[in-house]
Amino acid sequence: MHFEYFIEGGNFAEAGSTSSQVKKTLKQLNVDGTVIKRTVVALYEAEVNIVAHAYSGKITVELDEEKIDIKIVDEGPGIPDIKRAMEIGYSTASPEVREMGFGAGMGLSNMKNNSDKLNITSTVGKGTEVEIINYFHL
Amino acid sequence: MKVQEVVKLINGTVMTGNKNPEVTVDVAFASDLMSDVLTIKAENLLLLTGLVNIQAIRTAEMSDISCIVFARNKNVTEEMIRLAEENGITVIESPYSLFRISGILFIAGMAPVY
Ligand SMILES: Nc1ncnc2c1ncn2[C@@H]1O[C@H](COP(=O)(O)OP(=O)(O)OP(=O)(O)O)[C@@H](O)[C@H]1O
Ligand SMILES: [Mg+2]
Repeated sequence: MHFEYFIEGGNFAEAGSTSSQVKKTLKQLNVDGTVIKRTVVALYEAEVNIVAHAYSGKITVELDEEKIDIKIVDEGPGIPDIKRAMEIGYSTASPEVREMGFGAGMGLSNMKNNSDKLNITSTVGKGTEVEIINYFHL
Repeated sequence: MKVQEVVKLINGTVMTGNKNPEVTVDVAFASDLMSDVLTIKAENLLLLTGLVNIQAIRTAEMSDISCIVFARNKNVTEEMIRLAEENGITVIESPYSLFRISGILFIAGMAPVY
C-alpha cells in the first residue's frame, strides 16, 4: 500500500493530521499497538518539524507485510549540522513554535528512539529528508 | 484510579461527551512541553497540562493518552473537544493550578512517571 500527504509549513492547526490518518490505517490493519505508537510518535515529531522549521513537505508511506517505510521530504532551510541537531536540548525553534508546546530540542532523538531505522539527510538552503522504518514483528 | 475519582478530587468538569466512567489512569505526568510528553511510554497515562491548544490533543492521540486535565480553566475550544471525542480522549477542566492538581493526585496515590 502506498499513501501520500502534503504538509504546509507554519500551519499548526493542521499539524498532526497526517500522523492521525496513518494511525487509523495501521489500526485498521491490526498492527501491534506498541508498533503503532512508536511509528506515529516518530512520524508526528517529523510532521511537526516540517510545520515548525520548513516551508512545505511531502510524506510518503509505503506499507508491506513486514514493515512500514515513511519518507518525509521537505523544502526548507535544511539542517547544517545533523549530529548537533540530534542532541537533546538543541533547538532553533521560534517563540511561536515554543508557544505551541514544542521547541525543546527533543524531537529528533525521540524519533530515533521510536524507529527501528532512521535516516536523515539534509542540504542547507534546499531541504531535509527523513526516513523512518519500523518492522511489524522483530 | 477511576477518571471519575480524578474529576471529583480536582473539582473538575468533564468537557467531552464520552464520559467513559470506567476508564482508569495509573500514572500521571504534568508538562507543557509536548515533545517531552511524546517520550513517555507508560500506559494508562493521565496528562496534566496548562497548555491549552489543539497540539495537546494531537499529542494525546499519538501517545495513546486517554485523559487530559487542563489546569486553571483556560478556554478549551470546540475544535479541541471534537478532536478529543473523535479519538476517545476525555478532557477535564479544573479551576486549580497545575501545582495543586499534582499535589492532590499525588497524595491520593497517583504514581509519577519519574
Ligand atoms: N525539517 C527540518 N528542517 C530544518 N531544520 C530542522 C528540521 N528538523 C529539525 N531541524 C533542526 O533541528 C533542531 C532540532 O530538532 P528537534 O526536532 O530535535 O527539536 P525541535 O523541533 O527544535 O524541538 P522539539 O522537537 O523538542 O519540539 C531544530 O530546532 C531545527 O534547528
Ligand atoms: Mg521537533
